Amino acid sequence: MPETHATAYDSKIEGNVIFTRFDAALNWVRKNSLWPMPMGLACCAIELMATAASRFDISRFGAEVMRFSPRQCDVMIVAGTVTYKMALAVKRIYEQMPEPKWVIAMGACASTGGMYRSYAVLQGIDQLLPVDVYISGCPPRPEALLAGLMKLQEKISGEPAFRDQAPRLAERLEEALT
Amino acid sequence: MTPQEIFDSLGQAFGEKLQDRTEFRGETTYSIAASDLRELAKFCRDDRSFDYLLDITSIDNFGEEPRFEIIYHLYSMPHGTHLRLKLRVSEDVGAVDTVSDIWPTADWHEREIYDMMGIKFNGHPDLRRILMWDGYPFFPLRKDFPLAGLPSDMPDVAFTKITPLEGGPFVTVPSTAGSKDREPRARPPEL
Repeated sequence: MPETHATAYDSKIEGNVIFTRFDAALNWVRKNSLWPMPMGLACCAIELMATAASRFDISRFGAEVMRFSPRQCDVMIVAGTVTYKMALAVKRIYEQMPEPKWVIAMGACASTGGMYRSYAVLQGIDQLLPVDVYISGCPPRPEALLAGLMKLQEKISGEPAFRDQAPRLAERLEEALT
Repeated sequence: MTPQEIFDSLGQAFGEKLQDRTEFRGETTYSIAASDLRELAKFCRDDRSFDYLLDITSIDNFGEEPRFEIIYHLYSMPHGTHLRLKLRVSEDVGAVDTVSDIWPTADWHEREIYDMMGIKFNGHPDLRRILMWDGYPFFPLRKDFPLAGLPSDMPDVAFTKITPLEGGPFVTVPSTAGSKDREPRARPPEL
């Protein structure tokens, strides 16, 4: 009778090791440390500040680290009216953010142009950026922004993170396993 | 000097150059010729203590000649008196002398009028657009500019598109109904 060795459930490390999918672990880390790029362009930015303040406390969701450099951000919160004069600047800042990145369109103006049916206002930031979550309201209350952030967390936890990030490595691994 | 004396002495000094004086709620308005603007402005500031230029505005009387109207709102700090000067500019001339050396605050007001109306100001030190970007081809507050805007494109600077005005929740429908019906919070998409 061949001898067997317990490798995984070693009594020395038992309880400190869990098995999961790599994607799930990566997504779990990502969704709980979303660093926002506060793109505050109008009154929605006031609500964004209120969301970050202690009463609503966005840090309960790991998103309190407002970074004013796009290179350190994960999610751009477009809070306010995007004028045509500002539009390409917003796009440029988005392009400077490292992958993976997400966009929240906060409020009526960022989502659709809102009440500004005018020659000067871009009718929704989704004409320039891929928006993940739209939040209604003019401006939305902090609870709404938090709900939007939680929706984004849900979305992230279902993403094939590893395949998105390293498609060739994922292919090779798959080949090796089959 | 009472306000009345100020306006009487203005009338004596300039006579014919001040046309149709109107009074409304204690504020006096004169129509003047564009060529007399600087002379009058200097006199008002130096000799009649209108030391504060409140605002410069412009009107597009589209279809009339002369088309544009520029209005200077002056205020005298020592006397607590308002004075309003109006002048007309035709589209062909399209330019007025600057008063930005007389009242420095006129600098940005004149830039805004240039940006929105397309009226130029002779002698302005820095006549650039102030709200729209350099190279935007239209003047948005002119009456012949549509509310929805016109398409334009400046690569790497900015672009504009025509805004859809139909059917949105914030778009007013012409009607005699109350504002609740004219501007509903939501509109069914088929409307």
